[in-house]
Amino acid sequence: MRYLPLTDADRSAMLDVIGAQSIDALFADVSPEHYLSGPLEGLPTHASEMAVERHMRRLSKMNLAAADAPFFLGAGAYRHHIPASVDHLIQRGEFLTSYTPYQPEIAQGTLQMLFEFQTQVARLFGCAVANASMYDGSTACWEAIAMAGRVTRRSKVLLSSGLHPHYVSTAKTMARFNGDEVNYSEPKLSPAGDFVELAQAVDGEIGSVVVQYPDILGRIDDMTALAEACHAAGALLVAVVTEPVALGALKSPGEMGADIVVGEGQALGVGLQFGGPYLGLFAIRDAKHVRQMPGRLCGETIDAEGKRGFVLTLSTREQHIRREKATSNICTNSGLCALAFSIHLTLLGEKGLRALAAENHRLACRAADRLAEVPGVEVLNEGFFNEFTVVVPGDARQLVRDLAEQGVLAGVSLGRLYPDGDRRENGLVVAVTETVTEEDIETLASALEEALA
Amino acid sequence: MNAPNASGWKPGTPEAPAGESGIQTVTGNRGLMLEEPLIFEIGGADTCGVDFASPLPLAGGAIDTPSPNPSRRREGDRLGGLARTEPIGLPGLSEPETVRHYTRLSRQNYAIDCGIFPLGSCTMKHNPRLNEKVARMPGFADLHPLQPESTVQGALGVIDELARWLLALTGMHAVAMSPKAGAHGELCGILCIRAALEARGDARSVILVPESAHGTNPATAAFAGYAVENIPATAEGRVDLAALKARLSPDVAAVMITNPNTCGLFERDMKAISDAVHAAGALVYCDGANFNAIVGRVRPGDLGVDAMHINLHKTFSTPHGGGGPGSGPVVLSEALAPFAPLPFVRKTEGGWELIEEEDGIDAAPESFGRMTAFHGQMGMFTRALAYILSHGIDGLRQVSGDSVLNANYTLRSLDGVLDAPFGSTGPCMHEALFSDEGFAEGIATLDVAKALIDEGFHPMTMYFPLVVHGAMLVEPTECESKASLDQFILALRSIAMRAKAGDESLHQAPRLAPRRRLDETLAARKPVLAWNEADPVD
Amino acid sequence: MPRYFTEDHEWIDIDGDSAKIGITDYAQEQLGDIVFVEVPAAGTQLAKGKEAAVVESVKAASDVFTPVSGTVTEGNAALEADPGLVNTAPESEGWFFKLTIADTGELDGLMDEGKYKDFVASL
Repeated sequence: MRYLPLTDADRSAMLDVIGAQSIDALFADVSPEHYLSGPLEGLPTHASEMAVERHMRRLSKMNLAAADAPFFLGAGAYRHHIPASVDHLIQRGEFLTSYTPYQPEIAQGTLQMLFEFQTQVARLFGCAVANASMYDGSTACWEAIAMAGRVTRRSKVLLSSGLHPHYVSTAKTMARFNGDEVNYSEPKLSPAGDFVELAQAVDGEIGSVVVQYPDILGRIDDMTALAEACHAAGALLVAVVTEPVALGALKSPGEMGADIVVGEGQALGVGLQFGGPYLGLFAIRDAKHVRQMPGRLCGETIDAEGKRGFVLTLSTREQHIRREKATSNICTNSGLCALAFSIHLTLLGEKGLRALAAENHRLACRAADRLAEVPGVEVLNEGFFNEFTVVVPGDARQLVRDLAEQGVLAGVSLGRLYPDGDRRENGLVVAVTETVTEEDIETLASALEEALA
Repeated sequence: MNAPNASGWKPGTPEAPAGESGIQTVTGNRGLMLEEPLIFEIGGADTCGVDFASPLPLAGGAIDTPSPNPSRRREGDRLGGLARTEPIGLPGLSEPETVRHYTRLSRQNYAIDCGIFPLGSCTMKHNPRLNEKVARMPGFADLHPLQPESTVQGALGVIDELARWLLALTGMHAVAMSPKAGAHGELCGILCIRAALEARGDARSVILVPESAHGTNPATAAFAGYAVENIPATAEGRVDLAALKARLSPDVAAVMITNPNTCGLFERDMKAISDAVHAAGALVYCDGANFNAIVGRVRPGDLGVDAMHINLHKTFSTPHGGGGPGSGPVVLSEALAPFAPLPFVRKTEGGWELIEEEDGIDAAPESFGRMTAFHGQMGMFTRALAYILSHGIDGLRQVSGDSVLNANYTLRSLDGVLDAPFGSTGPCMHEALFSDEGFAEGIATLDVAKALIDEGFHPMTMYFPLVVHGAMLVEPTECESKASLDQFILALRSIAMRAKAGDESLHQAPRLAPRRRLDETLAARKPVLAWNEADPVD
Repeated sequence: MPRYFTEDHEWIDIDGDSAKIGITDYAQEQLGDIVFVEVPAAGTQLAKGKEAAVVESVKAASDVFTPVSGTVTEGNAALEADPGLVNTAPESEGWFFKLTIADTGELDGLMDEGKYKDFVASL
């Protein structure tokens, strides 16, 4: 078998050194009734690379890849062009097959990259400190809620109706088990979000208020007043960013007073991948809370010869030391995805990210205007970045399925995100990134025209 | 205070005379070992390594054709008045500079591709490149999680096929594929247990965890709302069954057992433990981090386990990537299957369907809910499935056999060289545990580890498990050749002799790595967690 | 001012019904470089033998227990800027917190310096 270097001669020689008769003898601690003396029946035996590739390719061909259709899906996962160098660099064996940098002398590659990543994320979010990443945006969101609970010692949480329903669902699951009271209602189909209502609702019992920016319907609202209301009540404002490219065009949540900013970094460097692995971003505006942060942190220091170097630090927050008193149970981060994000963002730089954001917004405006011309279609948003909601006559979910059959991936229906109806079934969230062409926009508009005629 | 520093680990940054590690150069570079500044020190706000497509003219030639219906076209700001006014502070680099930067950084890393990576309980096995190729097939990589089901049948098929393999290998009843990593999987398993107990009106408050357990176990239990108590071990390094039985009572919800355990030993009494736990109305969580030792030879389901997470990035070769991402599917017994989280994949007449919240009401009424956005680490599923199909059931059996063989060979080759606290209790499983017994005064496990670096190896796991002083846990995996093992054993033997002889020069190690020992005290006392223009450059 | 010791390596100085508490030189030596100390806030009620403070080195976090019950009057603010004081002056400037003793009877059973030295020697 190609991944196993030992030969029978090796095995024999090694068993002699050990003083055992066979490999089976090394499993003497397993009682005979539980020890499988031969391969389990009914399962295939080893296969060549070619055979495995053939099998997997057949499965992959059963799917409609985004590149093969006009593609307008967003809702928490965005398709952007990833420069060719990113994937090559992350596949260097020293990155791909390395481990958590617990021996910093031989892991400065990973550690310096993480320090750069942390700085990039903190700056993007308008924050003082970011961690070395979490699993994804949704788990980063509930970790932020948990952190706010520790800092404020309060257990009530207000979730904006604009928060991604999967993130809401995840937060509610965790709250069920840790006793937090979570208040949430599903979004109304209106151009304005609920920041004003949230500011009025926040009081001395609330630990955190969680908003999404831009929100699930693509709406953009100023959170400055909400942040002030939270602080006046002693609560923390958590802002969730599911599309980091938006921050190339928009003010950062940190600038507007958000205390914890979390997000999904998948849009840069990582790719769609049918939902994972993704990249959780986590940052705090004020460094004073750093000891309450979950996740790994990379810090700067010097070595014995006085050279600058980097190490994982403040580890006593983490599970391997604090065990049951840890700030989180998290062990892995999303290291390779953080690297991909960082490389992509380094290639873009300030100028490139701004240009990319401008292009996204320009195309989204084009698409919104063109779709607004389709009879029966109404664009809900006044403001948006690269994603907006349209309201169609009839069931948007069925419309999406029908258009998919025609090879057009039209967007995410609100019926898919909020299955219990209530007029939201007519809503469709459309994302337009730089990967969308004018032709694609025209194809979508024509397909809608035909379907709605 | 409780036992100060039970593990015995203490950092220290020995002073080293400047230039001790060799010749001085003008650049600070040393041959192929290149120093590399931060992107903030190289790049600038005006540099960019990406070109943007200019908009192609539409029919009619104009680049920006106005909408035919002017009243629909909105004027002015459509960004809600929130356009960015302040610079972000991100440097850009051209493509060649970017490639150099990250290439140079990568060369400061040790990796499996470089040599043996003997970290106990991490299973640092070879990461096959076929996995990378398969994961990147466009029909997997370029798929949005919320596309209509009819357009992603092959992806759902992969998840289902992998799930069936995991069930067959573990002998369990159902599997939750969505947890994002091992610790996340532990949380999933414990939450299933909690949901199951609450459903039968028997909420309990305590979880029992061996002292030798990985830190995620008690952290997870606490996170899930339980009080954590220790189960003692016997002199043979296994769970003390009598002590466990004595503690079992109606307030115990579950025990969390690692099998093989973190001392590298098979829990001989595992079935008896499970039987006792079940008899007391509680449930058994098994930490599957060490599954590599028994895959294809023992099924946790046969040992009475109710929930077990599997680290795809350990046993099933998905790459560690410098710290992640991982993937932690959780296999479940019949008792816990109804409580598994959403979403999950189900086989239908014509293909597969994804059961999310909406269908969950009927299909999984007792599910404890959703743990994460979307459906799981698809990129890891394709890799793991490619690995499993490559090995087949015969190859997987050989994996556990060779991993146990390699560990025992290492253990016995170091007889009389390093103290193995449980070496006399019989064969170890896939990892060998040593202590610092016999080291001269002032020489610690840390020094031995750092000396291994100079010999060209990544050190073994140190100071874990906590139950052994100065613990050194060596897991070679099945992917090391005999020659590779022999070289590692040779180096370790030499260093161990120096440790016993009290060779003080061990304090200076490593001398040949890109960096000497780093001042972790300074990093923790004065944390610098982001780059700042104001910070002095060294 | 009499000083007593616990088997958990805390020391306590008594002045009437006030006490000052810290960790011993042996404890700081075992822990290595201290990087962070969390002291209780003034007004906190503490019970004998329960956690009062946390002391962190790079790779370990240890709870510090209070030898007697009482109400905290002051946590040592100097430790925030310089946790290393616990290493350099554990039994003087590196004190952790002061409290008003609830029940001086709880002092019975604590070791004096001689007994503590013997105890450490036996470890």
